[in-house]
Amino acid sequence: MHSLRRPTGVSRFIFLGVCAWLAALLLVPLGALCVNVASDLGHVVSVLSGPEALNAIALTLAVTLACIVFNGIFGVAGALVLVRQRFVGRRVLDALVDLPLALSPVMTGLAFLLVLGRSGVLRPVVDRLGLDVAFAWPSVLIVTLFVTLPFTLREVALVLEEVGDSEEQAASTLGASAWQAFWRVTLPNVRGGLVMGATLTAARALGEFGAVLVVGGSIANRTQTATTFIHGALEERQESAAYGMALLLAAAAVALLFVLQRRRE
Amino acid sequence: MRGSLLLRLGVVAWVTALVALPVTVLVLRGVEDGPHAFWIAVSDPTAIDALVLSLWTAALATTINAVVGTAVAWVLVRWDVPGRRVIAALVDLPLAIPTLVAGVLLVALFGPQTAVGHVLIGLGIPVAFARTGIVMALLFVTLPFVVRAVEPVLEELDPAEEEAAYTMGATRFTTLVRVLLPPILPAVAAGAVQTFARSVAEFGSLAAVSGNIPHRTLVAPVYILGEVEAGNPGGAASVSLVLLAIALSLQPLAGALARRAGARHA
Repeated sequence: MHSLRRPTGVSRFIFLGVCAWLAALLLVPLGALCVNVASDLGHVVSVLSGPEALNAIALTLAVTLACIVFNGIFGVAGALVLVRQRFVGRRVLDALVDLPLALSPVMTGLAFLLVLGRSGVLRPVVDRLGLDVAFAWPSVLIVTLFVTLPFTLREVALVLEEVGDSEEQAASTLGASAWQAFWRVTLPNVRGGLVMGATLTAARALGEFGAVLVVGGSIANRTQTATTFIHGALEERQESAAYGMALLLAAAAVALLFVLQRRRE
Repeated sequence: MRGSLLLRLGVVAWVTALVALPVTVLVLRGVEDGPHAFWIAVSDPTAIDALVLSLWTAALATTINAVVGTAVAWVLVRWDVPGRRVIAALVDLPLAIPTLVAGVLLVALFGPQTAVGHVLIGLGIPVAFARTGIVMALLFVTLPFVVRAVEPVLEELDPAEEEAAYTMGATRFTTLVRVLLPPILPAVAAGAVQTFARSVAEFGSLAAVSGNIPHRTLVAPVYILGEVEAGNPGGAASVSLVLLAIALSLQPLAGALARRAGARHA
């Protein structure tokens, strides 16, 4: 880090321009949302404490929590496999992990609709098992798992690459089993990556919209999430309900941002 | 060694079921009805207008964010400015804010029933439910990409070089073009490619703010949603393939640029 100076002359104009840009793009719209909510607060509170909104929030929280857990397990497993193992097809697996980042959320929803939907390719299997998947909460969970797949895995992989495997080797030389070495050495080492991955997963899972809308259909009290609740409210011109839920999600985002910033430093 | 084999098989099975299977089905559905049906689906005038709109708004947002993002990174790295931490946090905000909420924010500010929106519509520059709103939403959601790509590279550069050039009589402009820009250009380009890819795929914020008017403000991802809802998954899958092809052709480019940006200052 070089020693920093206060901006002077042209630099000061650039600094002021940057501040004005960020304020106009981010802070003023956020302020407008707060003003809108505050001006109709009573109504917003009554809508948000109604059963539809509460069910939407509950589904979003449950899906987010499940994604953090599943991605925690498969993220650590996947990172261990990709960083520590050499095998045929490793590069294909590596590319597949990043594929969810390349898809527009609507395309994700469509892809899973073609797998699990009414005439989907896995429909016979799903029906035989008697499962209720499409337009039910499992499909909401599955698409959210898809879109959040890379986050924890990549964060944990970064840490694994950095620390190497000498500590595990030392542990096994000292007589630890592979399982002991995992719990006592590997897992504590990657804890930071897990927290970072869980934060990114939570941010994305709380806010996933396109895929959930296509595959879940935004059915109130069944597949409606916080975001599809907002979408539904906007379509019914219930602006204050939409703004209230949006503010709730924005507040959650700001809280997650604090965790993210802490971790960065 | 049996443990690590089992682990590998488990991970491969998980990724195959969760990623490879649905994406393969999507691709197959897009080409299933033959080249003619594919061509009919993607040459639909509404689809073409949506694709063109997505591409040019993405290009415009990318150009703006390449310039602004570089300036933000430069301010964050070079200057001891008040509120540095606040600025740094603000840059990350779009990563945490749900994309639909970003769109709702712009509607809350610029919507036709708001005071600001009313004034702007009176001036003939509507933002919500217009193309201006599309570009603004894209600028919002892609803000961090160029900044975060340029920042680490800029941090490695010695400000003494800029000062030396300037002291030796180079104008500010010459210093910028000859000294500052060349080493950070790969990083700017890497961030720009990421910005463009995200913009073409962007859905949530645009579903809220664009108004989704065919031939005017309907972007490609929202067009795909419309086709799905209209019961035309085949057509939706065909247009999806065009977007997927764009995204996948950009990915290696982004990777190569990021490696070049990193290699210069490793």
